[in-house]
Amino acid sequence: MKQDKLIAAALMIVALSAISGLALITVFIFKEGLPIILRSGVREFFLSSDWDPKNGAFGICSMIAGSLAVTAGAMIIGSVFGLGLAIVLTQFCPARLASVLKPVVELLAGIPSVVYGFMGVVTIVPLIRTYLGGPGLSVLAASIVLGIMVLPTVTSISIDALQAVPRSYWEGSIALGATQWQTTRMVMLKAARSGIMAAVILGMGRAVGETMAVIMVAGNALEVPHGLLDPVRTLTSNIALEMGYASGEHREALFATGVTLFAIIMMLNTIALAIARSSAKKGGSR
Amino acid sequence: MHPKARALCLYVAAALVALTPGCKDGQTGAVSVVGSTSIQPFAELLAEEYTAKNPNKNVDVQGGGSTAGLQAVSNSLADIGMCSRLLTPEEEQQFTGTVIARDGLAIVVNPGNPVSELTSAQIRGLFSGEIQSWSEVGGHDGPVRPITREEGSGTRESFVHLVMGKERISRRALTQESNGAVKELVKGDPAAIGYMSLGLVGHELKAVLVDGVQPSSANVLAGSYKLARPFLFVTKGTLRPEAQRFFDYVLSPESQKILETEGLVHAQ
Amino acid sequence: MMRLSPAAGQRIAVAAMWALALVTIGVLLFIITFVLVHGLPQITWTFLTESPQSMGRKGGVFPMIVGTIMVAGLAVAIAAPIGVATALYLTEYTRESRLTAVIRFGADCLAGIPSIIFGLFGFVFFTITLGMGLSVLSGALTLALMVLPTIIRTTEEAIRAVPHAYREVSYGLGSTRWQMATKVVLPLALPGICTGVVLSLGRSISETAAVMLTAGSALHMPNSLFDSSRTLALHFYILSREGLSMENAYATASVLIISILALNALAYWLMRQFVRRAGR
Repeated sequence: MKQDKLIAAALMIVALSAISGLALITVFIFKEGLPIILRSGVREFFLSSDWDPKNGAFGICSMIAGSLAVTAGAMIIGSVFGLGLAIVLTQFCPARLASVLKPVVELLAGIPSVVYGFMGVVTIVPLIRTYLGGPGLSVLAASIVLGIMVLPTVTSISIDALQAVPRSYWEGSIALGATQWQTTRMVMLKAARSGIMAAVILGMGRAVGETMAVIMVAGNALEVPHGLLDPVRTLTSNIALEMGYASGEHREALFATGVTLFAIIMMLNTIALAIARSSAKKGGSR
Repeated sequence: MHPKARALCLYVAAALVALTPGCKDGQTGAVSVVGSTSIQPFAELLAEEYTAKNPNKNVDVQGGGSTAGLQAVSNSLADIGMCSRLLTPEEEQQFTGTVIARDGLAIVVNPGNPVSELTSAQIRGLFSGEIQSWSEVGGHDGPVRPITREEGSGTRESFVHLVMGKERISRRALTQESNGAVKELVKGDPAAIGYMSLGLVGHELKAVLVDGVQPSSANVLAGSYKLARPFLFVTKGTLRPEAQRFFDYVLSPESQKILETEGLVHAQ
Repeated sequence: MMRLSPAAGQRIAVAAMWALALVTIGVLLFIITFVLVHGLPQITWTFLTESPQSMGRKGGVFPMIVGTIMVAGLAVAIAAPIGVATALYLTEYTRESRLTAVIRFGADCLAGIPSIIFGLFGFVFFTITLGMGLSVLSGALTLALMVLPTIIRTTEEAIRAVPHAYREVSYGLGSTRWQMATKVVLPLALPGICTGVVLSLGRSISETAAVMLTAGSALHMPNSLFDSSRTLALHFYILSREGLSMENAYATASVLIISILALNALAYWLMRQFVRRAGR
């Protein structure tokens, strides 16, 4: 009994240290980043696209626009292809082939982002530059590279969601005379909807957070991109490019960018939580 | 003792054993040299020569840009900072800069670009975004794509100081974080124009004549090629013996000869 | 608009889906094959056991392999026990409450925070403020913090997935909470826990930005935890970015890819083993 109490106490100490350590990071980042947001003014910081640390200008609007553009592009590509692959693997593919391909897709999720970025530089960027114009380093290039990176995540989680739908739904629908595609579209996808949305949101989180691959293919220009072929700088790239030499107010501004990213992730996670809760309330299907 | 508890104790003991030999010994840790990506390849070369002559005395050379190098020295992350621009008055208060070589600043274009010479005014226009087409300076009709470095770069600072003056570099300029990255980009993009260390241009890029003067180390030495900047080794306070030894090696005549062969101009 | 017959709709949709799927798989396989085709020929025994020369243009990657193992291995070695213990405490030793829900949300958020932010924190806190300098320790601690939330969450999910019946039976037989946790719950949750740990290891190995500014990019072999060291991923990035040596870059990338594939395959195999054992 005494041993049990000691162990419980030890576990509690470890758990409390871990949690307070993680909380410390959050507090640290907010403590370093918030003052400059308040000092520059919320409007100035988020809505001004004038990022000129040397002259005291810290407007991150062009980076926010950059992150939004690149993430949106990545999610369109990642969701369409990722979901398509998931549907094929779960609904249209013979089970044996699917059981081989699924782990292959999951293995691919572990490839380092710098490799994807490099491939983008070597293949996609020259193609865009030659056939579509512009510098090649662009929103489009970053979207494609990020979309490919996010694919395995979206596919794996969508597969899990689709496989969790009871087989009886499928069989019932087919028995009523529907084709496979009708069943997929009107029954399976609807039933797995919350899981698929979770997959997309998780993928989105990954796309927002990607740094190295984006630095390699996006061009890192400071202007708000006007089109797919324009170069762009994201919030994460900005931190990576400047944190080595930033000091004083400049460094605070980078922490403030971190606060912004924190807020974005919190928003995404809250949405995911809300989706999960609402689908649990609906009951019955997953 | 309970087997699980014994395992835990062994684990903790192993962790402690792994940590203790590593207590940073100020005297014999590797010399760390951080900063300018322009100086980096040359410092690496000298570091390799130094380590070949003095085995087990490691010198770590790292990039990050000139300002990052100064930051590192200031935070005691590095022994020596590499800086490819002049120190500001505030920096002069804090650091000591020693010139180890001089280097030209080359304006580079893709080898397929017919343009071979530019005036300073034209270069300003190309980088500020005023000149939108290569045809305005004698090239093919096509968009101009200026490439710049990150703000902490000594090369960028020198470029802004020597060429741009009061004009700002275009916000559409593509930003790369090292000389090597600029080189790779200009190599691949026919419409690109960038600036980089003359010593690193090599044969794969074309360095244009500036105001009629050929960019070469001879002309930098003669003073006719005006775009030149010092390569500084920056220190704070006194160096520890290991670092001082490497520092002295870099300033020695044989190292200076190596740097000259590599395309730099000697420290005078 | 002419209404498509269900049969026609079916044919078009299936064709479209298969097209999407084949393009996807094709692209993913292309990436891996491209890198391996260019890189595998360069991977010789000397490449794996020699040190780099001339900034990496020549020579091998042995110090980087050691550096990667030290940084990533230490990070997971620190984070895994702490993470599992924390998750165990949160699930078995506390009651479900508002506080635990907040902690869970916080851990989820931190698991999703971009790694560069952990890099920024690690750079300012470990490297500068605590004075560890550019070192393996700095890098490992930063990465440990990065993967800790993920390990806590995946362990928690794995533990919660163990049916209550098992716990009730264990108590019914007179076990203490610790005995129940270690002899019943953890073994059953082990597949999930292993997946989380292996995922974190993979993430640590691939991490570049956070490592660059905490562990540095020294080319020599790290002799202690306080030495700076370069990881394989960072080496690949530097080689390819600076155009130092495309052959070595491809070779380094191939080593990375093969290691991660091997790691994931090992995790998959481990999972199957434990599932089989638990089923017995």
